[in-house]
Amino acid sequence: MVRNLVFLTFLFVLFSGEAIADTVMVCSSCTIKSIQEGITVAKEYDTVLVKKGTYYEYNIHVDKPLTLKGENYPIIDGQKKGEILKIISDNVTIDGLFIINVGVSYTTDFAAIRVTKSENFTIQNVVLEKLFFGIYLEKSSHGTVYHNKIIGNAKDEYNSGNGIQLWYSHFVNVSHNHVQGTRDGIYLEFSDNITITKNTSTKNLRYGLHFMFSDNDVYTENTFEGNGAGVAVMFSRNIDMVNNTFKKNWGTSAYGLLLKEINDAKIRNNTFEENTVAISIEGSNRITYQNNDFVKNGWAIRVIGACYTNSFMGNNFLHNSFDVSYNSRLNDNEFRSNYWSNYTGYDLDKDGIGDVPYRPVKLFSYIANRTPETIILLRSLFMDIIDFSEKVSPVFTPDNLKDAQPLMKKRL
Amino acid sequence: MGKVLKYSFYDLIRSRWSYIYFLFYLALGFVLLFLNNDLSKAVITLMNIIIVLVPLIGTIFGTMYYYNSKEFTELLLAQPITRSHIFLGQYLGVAGSLSFSLALGLGIPFVAYGLLKSNAIFDFTLLLVTGVFLTLIFTALAFNIAISNENKIKGFGYAVLLWLFMAVIYDGIFLLSLIVFEEYPLDTFSMVATAFNPIDLSRTLILLKLDISALLGYTGAVFRKFFGTQIGFWISILVLTLWIVLPILRLQYKANRKDF
Repeated sequence: MVRNLVFLTFLFVLFSGEAIADTVMVCSSCTIKSIQEGITVAKEYDTVLVKKGTYYEYNIHVDKPLTLKGENYPIIDGQKKGEILKIISDNVTIDGLFIINVGVSYTTDFAAIRVTKSENFTIQNVVLEKLFFGIYLEKSSHGTVYHNKIIGNAKDEYNSGNGIQLWYSHFVNVSHNHVQGTRDGIYLEFSDNITITKNTSTKNLRYGLHFMFSDNDVYTENTFEGNGAGVAVMFSRNIDMVNNTFKKNWGTSAYGLLLKEINDAKIRNNTFEENTVAISIEGSNRITYQNNDFVKNGWAIRVIGACYTNSFMGNNFLHNSFDVSYNSRLNDNEFRSNYWSNYTGYDLDKDGIGDVPYRPVKLFSYIANRTPETIILLRSLFMDIIDFSEKVSPVFTPDNLKDAQPLMKKRL
Repeated sequence: MGKVLKYSFYDLIRSRWSYIYFLFYLALGFVLLFLNNDLSKAVITLMNIIIVLVPLIGTIFGTMYYYNSKEFTELLLAQPITRSHIFLGQYLGVAGSLSFSLALGLGIPFVAYGLLKSNAIFDFTLLLVTGVFLTLIFTALAFNIAISNENKIKGFGYAVLLWLFMAVIYDGIFLLSLIVFEEYPLDTFSMVATAFNPIDLSRTLILLKLDISALLGYTGAVFRKFFGTQIGFWISILVLTLWIVLPILRLQYKANRKDF
């Protein structure tokens, strides 16, 4: 009796389950041959399973909550005619598709996947190639963009789009994505409370990651390599930047990290390696820089102007051509307890802190700011001599700009 | 010429100064590597030292040797040997023994600390090549000065002045002119001005390896082409070679006409 009851319950659950979520198959030999048709036929919360094959479709509308899942990466070829997938419903999951040939336009931002005014979406395991815009979220919140691969072939800024773009979207989690060869790898505009983790953004024309007017965002453990500039954070508040790697962003006006009009941010445990300028700071206040590593950069920190109450503590400055450069004689920022590989002081009381303060701004960096050609005199004896005289009695560089407690040993 | 070269070389190799020079580099290399086990960092420090020190030793030693071996030279001149062979042999003897001390003095500690297995080997080779180039150039210049000045004190004075000019004053004038004319496009000028000073030229060779990220921050197209590609390296090597060849030609010319 009891056993029968259990069996009946099991059957009931099984059938009711089926009634809620059906699977609609799409393949070249199925009854349903196109993805759009599959979506039309499917009921709410169904799964549309796309089998391996090539589907020449564009402007596919997902207008009800469902899961669109590809099996063995079916190819959706938009034939450069326009947008490919457009989501206009809540609770949609896109999984395992290979989307190529997004249309390029100078008037409309065609995207491979666009999410419009929807919530609780998930976009994962998608591969995008030959694209204009990749994943475009507009006014869509509480979603996940996870483990996608976006490979563009952008040549010029004016006719290329961004890899992942968020516009007026909040509480989105962007993680484990790989973006390369687009204009901006990941672009945020008016998007708050976004978490960006473990992404790789390389070889993008402009920025690896770009914030505009976006507050309270966090990005951690990302890698930005060989972009026009690694990360640009502009006009935003309360951004946390932790454990990221900024590498080999080389060239004129190439930065590892560009901060412009940023307030109250935290920059911790990041590694900046071999960038022309590791961090360029302009009009940014109350930022804490802690435990970062600056290794072999042209300029580790370049302060352009109007930066107040920033603090630099516990950072390692290792073999940079210039540690800090200032273009004014005013300083309101604090440097304390950093390790400077160029420090030549001594530690007589053996407490691990140098007895003479370190002045990170060289006279030469002041000269190089004024006349950029002089960079060719880097490391010449003459420059060393005048740097030394400036170190002894500062005339051109801010007098109070010094690290009073430089560390003797590198922070590990 | 081979005979003269051999005599000069063996004479110098056995002299006290060669040993001191050799031991200095040996000690420098070992101390640097002992203080921080990092090969590539030691290479950077050495580059700074070599660029200043090698030209100084080259000029001083070159003039000194010329004046000291004057009697021997006059004896040789009485023999049926071509004049240019005598002077070229002596020059190569001096430059060779100096380069030998340099290469061996730095090579031994670096090899002992595992250079051959590290990736600093290219930087180190570049360092040695630059060092040898600078030795050849400044010894040649020193011989030129010595052969043109009978007065020893004057000759030494000119030699030290030459070093001071190339190592420090030239860069000062260079910097001033860059600042004075900052309104004009200066990248071609700065590249040309660099080529006229072998010390600056060797420095740029090293910059290409060490500070490429900073150099690429500047906008000039000529700069970009020079530093951004292999061209910069090859042009530098070519001009350095010219810096050796031209003084040697003048030395030959002078030697053939000088009345002893």
